[in-house]
Amino acid sequence: MPTDTQLKPVLSVQHVSLGIRRSEGHWDPLVRDVSFDVGAGMRYGLVGESGSGKSMTLKAIAGLLPRGVEVIEGQAWFGDEDLLTMSAGRRRQIMGPKLSMIFQEPMTALNPTMRVGAQIAEGPRRHLGLSKKAAMDLAVEMIARTGIPDPVRRARAYPHELSGGLRQRVMIAMALSCQPALVLCDEPTTALDVTVQDQVLRLLTQLCEDMGSALVFVTHDLAVISQTCSRLSVMYAGQIMEQGSVRDVYRAPLHPYTEALFESAPDFDDPERMLKPIPGLPPSLTHPLPGCAFAPRCRHVVEACTTSAKQLAPVADSRLTACDRVHEIFEVNA
Amino acid sequence: MLGRLKFVPMRILQAVPVAFGVTVVVFLLVHLIPGNPAESILGAQATPARVAALSKQMGLDESLPQQYLHFLSNLAHGNLGQSYTYQTSVLSLVLQRVPVTLTLVLYSVVLMLIISVPLSAWAASRPGGARDHAVRVVPLVGLGMPQFWVGVMLLLVFAVGFKWFPVGGYGQTFSQHLWYLFLPALTLAISVSPVIIRSLRSSMLNVLESDYVATARSKGAGGWSLFSGHVLRNAVIPAVSIVGVNVGYLVGGTLVIEQVFAIPGLGSLLIGSIQARDFPSVQAVALFVAVFVVVVGVLTDIVYTLLDPRVDLTRRIEV
Repeated sequence: MPTDTQLKPVLSVQHVSLGIRRSEGHWDPLVRDVSFDVGAGMRYGLVGESGSGKSMTLKAIAGLLPRGVEVIEGQAWFGDEDLLTMSAGRRRQIMGPKLSMIFQEPMTALNPTMRVGAQIAEGPRRHLGLSKKAAMDLAVEMIARTGIPDPVRRARAYPHELSGGLRQRVMIAMALSCQPALVLCDEPTTALDVTVQDQVLRLLTQLCEDMGSALVFVTHDLAVISQTCSRLSVMYAGQIMEQGSVRDVYRAPLHPYTEALFESAPDFDDPERMLKPIPGLPPSLTHPLPGCAFAPRCRHVVEACTTSAKQLAPVADSRLTACDRVHEIFEVNA
Repeated sequence: MLGRLKFVPMRILQAVPVAFGVTVVVFLLVHLIPGNPAESILGAQATPARVAALSKQMGLDESLPQQYLHFLSNLAHGNLGQSYTYQTSVLSLVLQRVPVTLTLVLYSVVLMLIISVPLSAWAASRPGGARDHAVRVVPLVGLGMPQFWVGVMLLLVFAVGFKWFPVGGYGQTFSQHLWYLFLPALTLAISVSPVIIRSLRSSMLNVLESDYVATARSKGAGGWSLFSGHVLRNAVIPAVSIVGVNVGYLVGGTLVIEQVFAIPGLGSLLIGSIQARDFPSVQAVALFVAVFVVVVGVLTDIVYTLLDPRVDLTRRIEV
């Protein structure tokens, strides 16, 4: 398995498959054979449309899979521990001080009956052994660091008294309060007003940089990835289609899906370009196709694409693609 | 926090018309009985002269509105009339009984919570599992059985059979009260718990699936810290109003259960007074029970506001 960084990665996801168990030994697959490495302090992007399995992968890493969804195979190495087989007790020890998560919906992700200061202080009290007073001081300091004015007063507010942008800042303060090595972000700016998206994004990356925390960033927004991440995986129908550095992939995609995804999104450097939607719909997860999952919607499709399963394979310097015909379709600079 | 409780004086004011309505109904109680109340008090053998004398004494010769005004003015002076059977002031009679019934009601609410909260949490921790089905079905049996029958059964098994509890009465000291009232309070709790368990179970399931519980887990909360810190308070909020409504039902239940366990509370006073056609006593008990239910309504609103910071009853809703 080629690694994404020279250093030992903070998180190494190896061949993870997730599914809904239908009967003994039979699963409906949601995520198939996903592997990626996140280096220390790195910002890693997982991009894909709804239902591509990107959020599910993140939830598996965080141990927050919904009822019914199971890990079929694979490991997620965090240091020398596998997050997917870790005991519930050990998981509680590392959630917060080592690994934390930021959720998509700031409206519902905060406890409505608890003051936000107390919610931020909860983790530090539990994990850093701080007194109530010290934890609350830390919470106020974290609120201040997220750029919320009048932090002492805001710490006493309930979530419903804050706007969406402020709540997401509180969420960020909460996730970073114990200086974790890795922060998992599930579409952290999607639910926000466009005018505050950018501020929140900058704040998040800045704070993670200050604390040396690595980020895994799940989003469908290509612009967000290009702004924040250094490496990415493009996911489609539960599989990784392409993997590489953000710069390389954005300059010259090496998978027809990535190419089509870019063409379907607006590009502010070239506002004259027409948007090209991808025809068709993603395949049903319960009836996986025998060949390439993207074949029915691919403009370069040939007979061979629909018969044999595709594997993510290296094509160029630290770039991987799941397309067999990459050399026929794209110009590869090895 | 306190600002949101500004609704309380207003809410109490709103209860005043309700209280007036109650006085009208209580006043008319006497007149709902067919025939002349004086006749029904004195029985079939009474001479017309005695009936006429009693009618005059009760003020029945006046017009209905006049009688009501009299009733109200007496009420305002704390005079609820004289009991025919006990020959004392009805007010002192009722005030003697109120603490007994009140203790019984509060005791059964406490027992109900002790039964419902752990059971519903236990069920919600494995939805669809065997324990969940058991918790959903078994308490329904309690709902299906008539209260007085449950009371008699508990009495036969635990008081008569095992002799763990006294057969009846109220006791002298507080700890004795708790011991004497355990079986009757349990009877009432058994009849109300199924409703509370079901509502708590479903609200706990909702809370457990909520995003903020996932957030709490991502901070390393789990087990007791998750339940006490994030689940319980949020899950209890919808159940509070159901408990509030059911306290009214509990008061109705105490009236019957007090008979079964020979407890000297409002219920036994009421039933005794009805049998003796002691109308002033009946009126006084009905009035106290109604006022109690109104007070519980206000208390429910206060508890609700204290538990949920999003509730603000001081704000008017513009439609």
